[in-house]
Amino acid sequence: MIIESINWMAGGPQGSGVDTASTIFGRACGYGGLWVFGRREYHSNIKTMHSYFHQRVSKEPTLANISDVDLLAAFDAETVVRHVGEVVNEGGIIVDSRDLNVNVLKDIATFSEDYKNFVRAYMKDNGIGETINDFLNYTKQKNIQIFPVPYMDLLKRIGEQLKIEKISMLSKMINVLAIGVSFAILKYDRKLVEDAIKATFHEKIAAMNVTAVDYAYDYAEKNFNTNIFKHKLEKQETTQPRIFLTGNQAVAMGKVLGGCRVQTYYPITPAADESEYLESHEILKTKTGQEAVIVLQTEDEIAAVNSASGACLAGARAATSTSGPGFSLMAEGLGWAGNNEVPLVITLYQRGGPSTGQPTRHSQQDLRFAMHAAHGEFARIILASGDIQECFFDAAEVFNLAEKFQVPVIHLLDKGMANCSQTYPVFDYGMVKINRGEIVSEKELEGKEYKRFQFTETGVSPRAFLGTKNAVQYYTGDEHNESGNINEEPFIRRKMMDKRLQKLDLIDKEVPIEMKVNFFGDKDSENIVVSWGSPKGAIIESINQLKSEGFSCGYLQVRMIHPLPSAHIKQMLQNKRRIIDIEDNWTAQLGGILTEHALVKPNYYILKYTGRPMMTTEVYQAIKAALTDKAPQRQVLTLGA
Amino acid sequence: MEPKPSEYKTGVYVDWCPGCGDFGILSGLQMALAELALEPHNVVIVSGIGNAGKTPHFIKANGVHTLHGRLLPFAMGIKIANPNLEVIGVGGDGDGLGIGAGHFVNTGRRNIDMTYLLYNNGVYGLTKGQASPTLRLGIQTKALPQPNINEATNPVALAIVSGYTFVARSYAFDVMHLKDTIKRAIQHKGLAFVECLQPCPVYNDINTKDWYGGEDRKDSAGKAQSRLYKLENEGFDPIVHDAAEVFKKKVAGLERAEEWGDRIPIGVFYQNPFEPTFQERFTKRIAFYPENPPAKQQLKDENGISSVDLGQFIDDLKTS
Repeated sequence: MIIESINWMAGGPQGSGVDTASTIFGRACGYGGLWVFGRREYHSNIKTMHSYFHQRVSKEPTLANISDVDLLAAFDAETVVRHVGEVVNEGGIIVDSRDLNVNVLKDIATFSEDYKNFVRAYMKDNGIGETINDFLNYTKQKNIQIFPVPYMDLLKRIGEQLKIEKISMLSKMINVLAIGVSFAILKYDRKLVEDAIKATFHEKIAAMNVTAVDYAYDYAEKNFNTNIFKHKLEKQETTQPRIFLTGNQAVAMGKVLGGCRVQTYYPITPAADESEYLESHEILKTKTGQEAVIVLQTEDEIAAVNSASGACLAGARAATSTSGPGFSLMAEGLGWAGNNEVPLVITLYQRGGPSTGQPTRHSQQDLRFAMHAAHGEFARIILASGDIQECFFDAAEVFNLAEKFQVPVIHLLDKGMANCSQTYPVFDYGMVKINRGEIVSEKELEGKEYKRFQFTETGVSPRAFLGTKNAVQYYTGDEHNESGNINEEPFIRRKMMDKRLQKLDLIDKEVPIEMKVNFFGDKDSENIVVSWGSPKGAIIESINQLKSEGFSCGYLQVRMIHPLPSAHIKQMLQNKRRIIDIEDNWTAQLGGILTEHALVKPNYYILKYTGRPMMTTEVYQAIKAALTDKAPQRQVLTLGA
Repeated sequence: MEPKPSEYKTGVYVDWCPGCGDFGILSGLQMALAELALEPHNVVIVSGIGNAGKTPHFIKANGVHTLHGRLLPFAMGIKIANPNLEVIGVGGDGDGLGIGAGHFVNTGRRNIDMTYLLYNNGVYGLTKGQASPTLRLGIQTKALPQPNINEATNPVALAIVSGYTFVARSYAFDVMHLKDTIKRAIQHKGLAFVECLQPCPVYNDINTKDWYGGEDRKDSAGKAQSRLYKLENEGFDPIVHDAAEVFKKKVAGLERAEEWGDRIPIGVFYQNPFEPTFQERFTKRIAFYPENPPAKQQLKDENGISSVDLGQFIDDLKTS
């Protein structure tokens, strides 16, 4: 079943507190025992451009976003225009009374000419007039309720009560007024909202905002007929400890749990939030005392990747975090790490490319790039997480993989997961293991000559950290002999290439299949969805719904894409009637990799490349179309403003 | 007992051209390591690409031969993870001031307690003699099809304004001076930079050993008048004795750094012991950093389970 939920959206200019409002909204829902899935969309801009946050709230866990909006809280006129089409029948729109007379084509400076043309056509097709009021009137055919709120009047009254004259100070609270009105309309417990505010702001600011929420509730209860609004948010009891977090936060926590003690980065969206979160928690509490993670903002991504490699050689678990453009700059450093068998972890959050592309938007375009970045051939691991919980556990596990096999690992994520926020039961992290692979000590090396790249049966050589007595060691980006000194002899070259690349077979053999793939749904079905990364939630919800309608379908989530567990995948996919590949890119990259390595070619593709993540609504329809033989071989999804 | 310089040699064949200035720098560095009695396993020589980049393979100490222009980020990562290591960067002029110029400047901002030797011969030797960022405008060394169309950077001046707290220059064929300068650089608390002037006997036919030595300008007695002079012999005091002197001392160093041609200073241009090192800056926030740096932390308990308690994170994120 597609889980029943209440969908709230807040939208406004960047810098107007859309994010903060959404954090408060999500927390308040969490305090009432509800589950939240939030999606954040924003422009590459600091202030004034449109941003919004969609929050799906339900009595049971939801796994993905849907496109419906039950209640839209518009901080400005632009939000109304952009999202009015997403508001469902009998939904509601909260709007600033001052915006009602805004002329849509003339007064909204942030609309591009392209968008104006789009709106103009929409207005013409539907016979809509020029003002926001005309847009809102048009929604009446969907029985949408309009809630105009005189934000400035309310703020003035709050200012009088709190003796604040500065209008700039007061207008920062429009977002909190919008939350107050929203929750009042949804008839939600006011105290939970106040608690969420207190948890978000410092004491003094919190007090101001609590006052604002009170004004908003009172205003809404007095002026709106909330009884005819059909959606209601009801709290439910829970004793289960839960957290509400973003993908960036999950990765940061997973990393320190997994032993990451040096993190390097150069600021880039959507990766930088992770590093900042880490730095703000640099001192770590441990079972026996304290440790610390050093977070280093470097001058560029080249320095980031190479200083992380340096830290690895010295014996720290080290990682760097970036997105596509930064990863492009890291290619040479990645090759050095590959050649020197450095257990380097790169966390790669994909965003829309090519080039600067869509800096703040979602995509899964960099799978093949992650597989092939850097010149030459060497072993690496690519592990792709599918949701926030996987982000957390994988962020810890990638260090074990890197050190056990002495290869660079790319933890492949995306903007969708980075900026989503979701409710989870507190992760059960008490059993997360640290396996540092084969490390030799000063004592074991006494009287022996240490060779960092000693030939062994597995290709993995015993590793000593820089600074270990009896283990003077050499590294070079050149081809080298066992001692790490430059060597161009063909017979050494051959042995070294074999040593490094045979690890791909070793990884394939030694990493358990449970870590490499997940399977959901009906194993015996003649239909199977195959996908990777963040479409996971929407796919699971969709096949559950389809099952309730009598359609049978399995879902194979590929997590370790390189080296690919080809044999297992082949066995899972062969003899299926319908193989449906679902990815957020144009070229169906995983589909191509499966065709090449597992020798199985999907016969349906569901792709999306608008920069917005997949939503259950559209994934469900697209899979259903394939299962009922009504789909073309390639379906392209487009939902989301 | 003090080790001998020969104890810092390896069996690896040194494949530099006969007469290369690199030999002098290698000897100076090995002598400095010996006189300071640094243990090979505690020393890390980090290099870039080019002839200078091969240096670590010839020294009995840990060697990390990295990428073109990237030795400073690697060195930084090593030093941050384990600040107890003696980290020494070695690289050419093209490596440090062409492809690696961004790191050259930004590493200065951090005052990491390590040493960086820049081998400066004005050309890219290993690719057959193209102009490096330190070759002056209009100079046509023998492999250049046309005279150099770019003006030169000034390594000493750039180091001073970028925040290096020990800035010196020496000469590959004055090995004793070079050795003493490298020793001072290693002993300096903070980021130390030594520009090592060196002839390239194959590709730089302008700034040759004879040119530096002044063989073209003999005095009446027939004695060559070296173009190099020692700052210390002229009573130049590069040391900041009081934090208030920093700007004045930098300006004095920059004035000397401008000299070139008939009078080329070698020696220390600037030394500031007051600037906190990168390690000290971290220690202000993380008191146990020097004793328990990233490379030494335990990470796990006796059962191999991660020892981190995520309570501090979870409390902030908790909703029920």
